[in-house]
Amino acid sequence: MSKPENKNENNNNVGKQLPDSPADTSRRSLLKGAGLLGAAVAGSSSTIIAQETNSTEPSARELEALEVLTAVEAEILEALCEVLIPTDENGPGAREARAAHYIDRSLSSHNEEYREDYFVSLNAINEFAQRNYNNSFARLRRSQQDSLVAALQNDEVAGCSPGSAAFFSLVRSHTIDGTFCDPYYGGNRDFVGWDLLRYPGVRLSASADDVAAGASLVPTHQSAYDNSSYTKQPDSRNRESGEDISHD
Amino acid sequence: MTETLPKTDVVIVGMGAAGGVAALPLTSAGLKVIGLEAGGWLDPRDFAPDEIRYMQRNWPMTVQKAAREAPTVRASANDVARQGGHPMMNAVGGTTMHYWAQSWRLNPWDFQVVSATESRYGQSRLPAGTTVEDWPFGYDELEPYYDKVEYSVGISGQAGNVQGRINSAGNIFEGPRQREYPMRALRSSPFTDLMSKAATELGWNPFQGPAAITSELYDGRPPCQYHGFCNKGGCHVQSKSSTAFTTIPKALDTGNLDVVPFARVTEVLVDKSGRTTGVAYVKGSETFVQPADIVLLASYAYENVRLLLLSKSDAYPNGLANNSGQVGSHYLSHHQGAPVTALFPRDLHNWYGLPAQGVAIDEWADDNFDHTGLDFIGGANLWVHTDRKPISAAKMSTFGEAANWGSQWKAFIRQNADRSNMSYIQKTTLPYEDNYLDLDPVVKDAYGLPVIRITARYRDNEKKIAAFAQDKMEQWYRQAGATKVIKSGLGNAMGATTHAYGGTRMGDDSETNVVDRWGLTHEVPNLGILGASVMGTSGARNPTLTVQALSWRTAEYIVDNFQSLTS
Repeated sequence: MSKPENKNENNNNVGKQLPDSPADTSRRSLLKGAGLLGAAVAGSSSTIIAQETNSTEPSARELEALEVLTAVEAEILEALCEVLIPTDENGPGAREARAAHYIDRSLSSHNEEYREDYFVSLNAINEFAQRNYNNSFARLRRSQQDSLVAALQNDEVAGCSPGSAAFFSLVRSHTIDGTFCDPYYGGNRDFVGWDLLRYPGVRLSASADDVAAGASLVPTHQSAYDNSSYTKQPDSRNRESGEDISHD
Repeated sequence: MTETLPKTDVVIVGMGAAGGVAALPLTSAGLKVIGLEAGGWLDPRDFAPDEIRYMQRNWPMTVQKAAREAPTVRASANDVARQGGHPMMNAVGGTTMHYWAQSWRLNPWDFQVVSATESRYGQSRLPAGTTVEDWPFGYDELEPYYDKVEYSVGISGQAGNVQGRINSAGNIFEGPRQREYPMRALRSSPFTDLMSKAATELGWNPFQGPAAITSELYDGRPPCQYHGFCNKGGCHVQSKSSTAFTTIPKALDTGNLDVVPFARVTEVLVDKSGRTTGVAYVKGSETFVQPADIVLLASYAYENVRLLLLSKSDAYPNGLANNSGQVGSHYLSHHQGAPVTALFPRDLHNWYGLPAQGVAIDEWADDNFDHTGLDFIGGANLWVHTDRKPISAAKMSTFGEAANWGSQWKAFIRQNADRSNMSYIQKTTLPYEDNYLDLDPVVKDAYGLPVIRITARYRDNEKKIAAFAQDKMEQWYRQAGATKVIKSGLGNAMGATTHAYGGTRMGDDSETNVVDRWGLTHEVPNLGILGASVMGTSGARNPTLTVQALSWRTAEYIVDNFQSLTS
């Protein structure tokens, strides 16, 4: 028989999970979540684990490696994301959300099929910038960057893969993914994307009153993985004690 | 080295929506059943509220068998067939793990499209080239099985016709049912209330649609929590009535079901007399033969057809049960496309909802309205629902009001992320002579076996329904206060879909149908087919409940006739 032995246990647990009361809402658990992804993606996790045990946000950021892109490509991408979803009077944008960081990671996991498109196209964008503005894309004035992105969308940047307009659509889509994803994936930092949309956040249950409140609900500012039932180690005590959960 | 396993009474290929239901009546009657499933077991801990995991990463925790054998698609025999995606999934419970779970009965008209059209309008109204036939039985024959499934699986909804008593809170066009749904409909929402009010103002009859989702405690499962990750998401509290949480556990409790996960069936076996003797499957690096008195294929329309066409033998040189040449014929992809999208001037409060929490209009479906002055038959069910997640919300249309990047776009989505809605319009779709499935001559799966090739396109009848329904949908949205409305294209090629019908059609005539009225093949008496591949018409609503009712009925027939079928 292949019946799972824990079927009945799961049924019982279901009832216990019902109240919308995540086990751990700390900032630190988010960093752990990000670290777990890094470990899973990179295969070698020592750097990332070290960062989270030291856990202040600035140092964590500095110690993150590029997963796929070169340093120059990452600069171009960072600037491109910033043009697509700028920081402006409506608040933080793709830069604060760290969409480029999300994209870099995703290129070694679920977006792996697009790696070459990024290598080729980011360099084509820089060549276009050098040719037309005599500078690298990341160092252009914003108005120049805007013109270049418009050219990209209008299918005018030569040497892109799979093509200029097609790469625009691709990087636009991925920048949105990185700005509005669950923070576990390395983007939507500090929930800036969800706040921009006035999305009140992940919850395990929404009452009729919650729905009626709409955007006036207080945002939960939680990752899906702040709910311990969805993590590798469902027992929240391990998190409280600071035990490293990344080695399983 | 192939290991031959002990013989079983019945082997079911695929433990999804269809096989997962059929297992219950079979095992409850004492038959020993082996359920072969290409995927594995999942449980609520696997269903985090995570849009990336479900949408962009496409369920990384599952076997992606279906995706690796995605059909190729071409509009006609003159086009090059290209491989696209495959929307189904592999797991115990199959795609009921992440489907929308709308669980409709077909309307009575859908069983008798030919005769009802002839009697009301004359034969000339049937579109040229259609191969549509009446079903071998009417709605009344299937009603008891709809009832059994609604109560065993757990369906919520509002009845519109109980034993002829019409209740306008439900679908007044549905066929008579013997009793109410086992659970009340899912709750309404500010948006569905808005749309219901607008429909009523138009003189239409809005109602909350039926769903395989608990609206209250049912069978030990808690009610829906409306958390907003139901669309292509697994349920974190088992409210979605997937067969993995309903009929399959009940069948396991009989002690007569053995589910074999990660088993990938490659061939249906036959003896010299032409009877099936079981199936061959691969698990890991090993191959097995599972002998059985009865074989039931329940592996979705594409794989049901593919397994038959791949199982060639002296008795069936063109594929199993295909001496009539009907395997793969009468194929159709349900026309669910050509949506209408609307922008409203205020927030709709749709962040916490689900596709099955919606309001339906059936006035313009089937033959529920007079077609005398129209140039098509059939119609569309109009559906609006509450479902929104942040990434997909940010990718909304800008309705021509803003560029799609930069500060202007950012201001637009900040204001409008919760202000758009896309309707879901399911349309009568007919089978046609030149629409069919066969084996692709070039593209192979990981085992070197050819994938299915879809050669099919929508015809004038479908496109005219689409245009007609879009006008009605726009009228509905405008009445509710929408300020912008976009109508999408009317459709051309029929792609791979979650609503694939035909290929092993059911009917009394063995010259034009693969399975008989009981779901057993005309040519192989101990081989049955479960799934929408046996359905000859689509209706204007989701197929799963009908698939499940048919599966229950086939299983019950096997129980009642096991001796004669196996001797």
